[in-house]
Amino acid sequence: MIGAALQALASHWRRHPLQLGTLLAGLALATALWSAVQAINAEARASYARAASQIGGATLDVLEAPGGPMSRARYVALRRAGWQLSPVLEGRTRLGEEQVTLLGLDPLTHPPLPAFEAAMQADQATLAQMLTQGGLLLASPELVSALKDVPGLPPLRASDSVPPGMVITDIGLAERLLARPDQIDRLLILPQQPMQLTPLDQLAPDLQRRASRAGADTARLTDSFHLNLTAFGLLSFAVGLFIVHGTVGLAFEQRRAMVRTLRALGLPVWLLAALMLAELLALALVGGLLGLGLGYLVAAALLPDVAATLRGLYGAPVAGGLSLRPSWIVGGLAMALIGTLAASAQALWRMLRMPLLAAPGLQAWAQRAAQGDRRMALAGLGLIAAGIAALALIKGLIGGFALIAGLMLGAALLLPPVLAALLGLGRHLTRGPLGEWLWADTRAQLPGIGLALMALLLALAANIGVGTMVSSFRLTFTGWLDQRLVSELYLTARDDAQGAEIARWLAPRSDAVLPIRAAEFTVQGNPVTVYGVVDHPTYRDNWPLLDRTPDAWAQVNAGQGVFINEQLARRADLWPGDVVQLAPGWVLPVAGVYSDYGNPTGQAITALPALLTHARAVPNRRFGVRIVPEAVPDLIEALRAKFDLPASALIDQAGLKSRSLAVFDKTFVVTGALNLLTLGVAGFAILTSLLTLWSLRLPQLAPVWALGLTRGRLARLELARSLLLATFTALLALPLGLALAWVLLAVINVQAFGWRLPMYLFPLDWLRLFLLALLAAGLAAALPARRLYRLPPSELLKVFANAR
Amino acid sequence: MAGLEMGANLVAQEAAMLQIEDVSKTYPGARPVLQGVSLHLDAGETLALTGESGSGKSTLLHLAGALDGFDSGEITLAGTRLSGLDDSGRAALRRGCVALVFQQFNLIPSLTVAQNLSFHARLAGRQDPAWIRDLTDRLGLGELGARYPEQLSGGQQQRVAIGRALAARPALLLADEPTGNLDETASDAVMDLMLELVRVSGTALFLVTHSERIAARLDRRAHLSGGRIA
Ligand SMILES: Nc1ncnc2c1ncn2[C@@H]1O[C@H](COP(=O)(O)OP(=O)(O)OP(=O)(O)O)[C@@H](O)[C@H]1O
Ligand SMILES: [Mg+2]
Repeated sequence: MIGAALQALASHWRRHPLQLGTLLAGLALATALWSAVQAINAEARASYARAASQIGGATLDVLEAPGGPMSRARYVALRRAGWQLSPVLEGRTRLGEEQVTLLGLDPLTHPPLPAFEAAMQADQATLAQMLTQGGLLLASPELVSALKDVPGLPPLRASDSVPPGMVITDIGLAERLLARPDQIDRLLILPQQPMQLTPLDQLAPDLQRRASRAGADTARLTDSFHLNLTAFGLLSFAVGLFIVHGTVGLAFEQRRAMVRTLRALGLPVWLLAALMLAELLALALVGGLLGLGLGYLVAAALLPDVAATLRGLYGAPVAGGLSLRPSWIVGGLAMALIGTLAASAQALWRMLRMPLLAAPGLQAWAQRAAQGDRRMALAGLGLIAAGIAALALIKGLIGGFALIAGLMLGAALLLPPVLAALLGLGRHLTRGPLGEWLWADTRAQLPGIGLALMALLLALAANIGVGTMVSSFRLTFTGWLDQRLVSELYLTARDDAQGAEIARWLAPRSDAVLPIRAAEFTVQGNPVTVYGVVDHPTYRDNWPLLDRTPDAWAQVNAGQGVFINEQLARRADLWPGDVVQLAPGWVLPVAGVYSDYGNPTGQAITALPALLTHARAVPNRRFGVRIVPEAVPDLIEALRAKFDLPASALIDQAGLKSRSLAVFDKTFVVTGALNLLTLGVAGFAILTSLLTLWSLRLPQLAPVWALGLTRGRLARLELARSLLLATFTALLALPLGLALAWVLLAVINVQAFGWRLPMYLFPLDWLRLFLLALLAAGLAAALPARRLYRLPPSELLKVFANAR
Repeated sequence: MAGLEMGANLVAQEAAMLQIEDVSKTYPGARPVLQGVSLHLDAGETLALTGESGSGKSTLLHLAGALDGFDSGEITLAGTRLSGLDDSGRAALRRGCVALVFQQFNLIPSLTVAQNLSFHARLAGRQDPAWIRDLTDRLGLGELGARYPEQLSGGQQQRVAIGRALAARPALLLADEPTGNLDETASDAVMDLMLELVRVSGTALFLVTHSERIAARLDRRAHLSGGRIA
């Protein structure tokens, strides 16, 4: 009996291969976009974890000098006093063409590192080799292959457990490569310490002890980015489920008669339910597997850009390659199964409770929908209100996302009632039988196509919202770059001595030579880079101040005030008029706050002499040069010839700007791609719901045809109907998208990045998107319309055949 | 003589509302349904077509209503030859001269009864409010104007379908077992109304039926068998 029933159920799919294909495609798309995002997130998290474990003893406390590096003598003195410490020197440097983070450790005292262990297992010589004069550099395989032809480097060894973009080596070698002899950035306080030591705050009161920040910063900063991606993945998943819901609903509808027969033949309802459930799960499994394959491809295509984003925006190192994780496969399949069940629960439930009488007609369906409409409208308004309440009560990132969720879901629920009202209005404004019929009939179609339109609404709103955010950001960013990058030429000397020499040489040959000097400090437990500037109109005229005291520049130039960047201001809640402690004994009033996009950490600016009195060994290697732009190429040539500087040490303003913009644009490639994919899925959802409505549609169209309309006219009307609905949906998506943009700019960005961006409107983008939406809806409607146009009259006549 | 003959011919042509000559029809991939059918119907005349199930009655009716094409022969509807018409020509003819009533009623589900009633007339550009009011009263649909088709009984729906067909004052009404879905009482009532309205409006009626009783009430009858009129 089971075999026969299964065969009967499965025969439906054989007779409707397109339906089967649509169902699997919907499932695969939903799973693909979701699992692609998951794969990207997992890859990034794995990279952070690797980074955290490398930076070593992530759980260990650290001893630091607030004003910069300490000397080797300090370390030796503390060791003599009995403290078990391990020195670390860390810095950014360029090896060949690669900008890398060089981590110098003492392999003898440092807690075990995965990279060491692995390398030493591979061959015993490693430790010795690391400590000898020649030394040894450990790096990720990608970096090793990028560095292997760089002349003059010590031997390289690849290790999978070194994070991308990082080179680990002995501290002595690091001193040389970083040109920071005799310096130590921090001391790890090892867990085992002898008894009865003199406390550190007596031995070294100027050194600060703090819990290691390894990993925590990156995690906190990037969490919001991943949350963003996850939200996108979930949105795409939901949009894909609309397709599944539509096709499963239709398949069940079309099998009513068969189910009735099977039940009449004595098949128990529970068995029937079990069989249909098994069928659904099997389909979910197939669709989920297809989706996983597709998702892997999407993730692999997007990951390099995501990695670039994370590096560019947060300085978080992520490799561009994707690995296959079992947990990801299981998770993706589970999502596919859960999604399928959620999308088909209603159809299954209805089928099992189906009365053994005829199906209700179209108008009853529409009427039921009208009652449902009122409930949905209320639920929609409730969700939006809940979102607003969430933002007011919870605040922060979670509140922001709750508001977005409430807005989007609530608006989706509001869509059918609003569309119904609009169509009713249109009907009142139309004279003529065809127009009347078109509006009324479109209204009657709403319950069938409503879900697909919700998907379209969400996709369009996400597009407008994210697009507005990105474009606003870009506009602000370019304006800001113009302000920030004023010097015509930026140069980096090999060392301080060469820096001084170049500055002297440049002085008579340029309008101004502006040193760029900075040191690291800690404000409220977070690292802050403090820049010292000379008094020059370049700064006064251009610096992008968001807020300032009246005599801000006088204060700063006198070393009596400090400018801080927006991130620091928001994080530490410091605003003009407040005071900030940069170091013990160095407290300055905040004279202004400036925008500093793209920088993950805090930053401050004060007068150079003030910085030099509070920080030791401030490098003097970087300069901005003011000169007439036409003279820049010649000056670069002359500098290069005179001082033997590599190409990378001399960057003109235009080059720097285009490089910054390139990083920026790469940053948002992912969101753009996800946006388009979501829109595509929404178009597909419209197509599937139109195709699924097809069989219900003929009996509604045939009488109108018989009364004297050509098939061509009907087909054009069908197309017009879809375009009409898409137009209304797009018009409603605009305010929703702008609301979304506002939340992204004013809430999410502030929480995630620490800066608030002004919102700009881009009507041309809306027009483009509107045309895209029409294109999607038109393409989706074209297939059924063409089918109608080509339909032989004898097929339409079957509607009137007596034996139905 | 020649002149007189020509005149008679002209009269005959004008009088013949529907002229079917030697028409054959085969659906793709099936046996021939109609094999040389000839039939004519004068203006205002009523004709009953009977025949076994599957003999091709509906098919012939559909051809007469310019709903489908045929393989050979000729059909002339209100002076227009159907063989040369394209899609839009046929649609114009359906709008202008014929009206259809089916067993399944086939009302437009998204329109109200009142909208359904006037739909065809308005589509044909021949709306006559007084006539539609008259029809509505005679069909007893006055109360039901705001309802939707599926809220009506079968008999009520068929009365709406007849009203919709006649509202446009067609020259020819084609009806395919219009009472086949109704019980005897409802069937008689609907038939009475239809015959009376056809008479009042001077419309010719081409009716397919299984019922001897109904066939007997019409002016003429024809029987379809083996793809021909017997
Ligand atoms: N649209 C169609 N496409 C293909 N074959 C058709 C179509 N309509 C009818 N037929 C076939 O043509 C033949 C005649 O059908 P038709 O519906 O004209 O018969 P009928 O006399 O009206 O029968 P009934 O009394 O049962 O309504 C039948 O064999 C039928 O299967
Ligand atoms: Mg028939």
